[in-house]
Amino acid sequence: MCLAVPGKILSIDGVAGVVNMSGVEVNVGLQLVPGAKVGDYVLLHAGFAIQVIEEDEALETAELLAEYIFPKDEQ
Amino acid sequence: MDLDRYRDRERVRELAQDIARLCPSTTVNIMEVCGTHTMAIARYGLRGLMPDGLRLISGPGCPVCVTPTSIINAAQMLSEVPHTVISTFGDMMRVPGTDKTLEERRAEGADVRVLYSVYDLLRMAEEEPENNFIFISVGFETTTPGIALAVLETAQRGLRNVCFLAANRLVIPALEALCASKEISIHGLLCPGHVSVIIGSDAYTPVARQFHIPCVVGGFEPVDMLQAIYHLIMQIAKGEARVENAYTRAVKGEGNSKALEVIKAVFEPTDAEWRGIGTIPLSGLRLREEYAHLDALERFDVKLISIPEPRGCRCGDVLKGLLIPPECPLFGSRCTPVSPVGPCMVSSEGSCAAYYKYEGTGHA
Repeated sequence: MCLAVPGKILSIDGVAGVVNMSGVEVNVGLQLVPGAKVGDYVLLHAGFAIQVIEEDEALETAELLAEYIFPKDEQ
Repeated sequence: MDLDRYRDRERVRELAQDIARLCPSTTVNIMEVCGTHTMAIARYGLRGLMPDGLRLISGPGCPVCVTPTSIINAAQMLSEVPHTVISTFGDMMRVPGTDKTLEERRAEGADVRVLYSVYDLLRMAEEEPENNFIFISVGFETTTPGIALAVLETAQRGLRNVCFLAANRLVIPALEALCASKEISIHGLLCPGHVSVIIGSDAYTPVARQFHIPCVVGGFEPVDMLQAIYHLIMQIAKGEARVENAYTRAVKGEGNSKALEVIKAVFEPTDAEWRGIGTIPLSGLRLREEYAHLDALERFDVKLISIPEPRGCRCGDVLKGLLIPPECPLFGSRCTPVSPVGPCMVSSEGSCAAYYKYEGTGHA
């Protein structure tokens, strides 16, 4: 339940933002990552960004974690 | 993107050999307290790579599993109040209360809704002023900041038809209680990755010092986890007890200060029951005085009543690391993921469900 997944911030409107999470656009709260900018990568958990992370780390983590969410053996 | 280094068989084999070489010949218990680690250990068969005497045991790392029956029962009771909507995260739907699950209450006609984000709660509450919305608030520190923001917003918007059944839990007090317990000797703690994003790796320093137990924060890949275990074994072999962060891709020493600030503004620590374990001092969160009007228990004058686990269910011992799932007499027979008796079989991150799925029932 504590799994967080990375995504890229596409737009920001006040404290809300749209994030690309593995190709899906989701609305998220950005209150917990003050200073996050469009183009930044963030870790997402239950509708909120909880940490800004480096792009390399995000891309890496996204691919790795995708399997937890969509296990290959269950597709 | 070169991801192979996190799954590289050769690297995995080398790390496993290093761990075996350094591991003391006495029994060594390494506990993880993260549902995703529980799943990863089972899924990648990491137990099979460990030397004899090194036991990977799962602690209370799944917030769904440790939510007490009293909370589920209270939610079910509240679902009988007319115009009441019970909402929560999906994992909670199949957790058995004393008589039934929330999913079964929904089948009986109760209005029970699954949310992805707690913000959906506020939207629904504004769209349906005729209904009262009760959110079953569960989760460790990863989840709690978002819920705290929703509490703040509920107060700011003056939404009178929203309240919270607070059952959030704190990881550090639980670790302290387990380390202090005489029931099991823990020699190393594999600390959770995404809880640590919020609380920071420094948060484990008091545990490491007080109990002289090494604490290493680890990621979720086989190589990540083996590296964390390797760091733990190195410390154990040298008699050290430090905090190390082996998941610097996401975790900082100080954590997320904004998230910690939001939690503190809304909640305060309180003694809390963990399912199967019992009450742990200051291990739960309740709404602060200024938000007490948003507390579902106060609003509806409901008392939580502690309930013993179903006869034969050993989830408590599994959560404390005293028992591995196949040692429970109900495991794989009366208790399966399709028809779970105890909470560890419900959530995919529960020890029993992970064991059942990836390591077999253990029954010949």
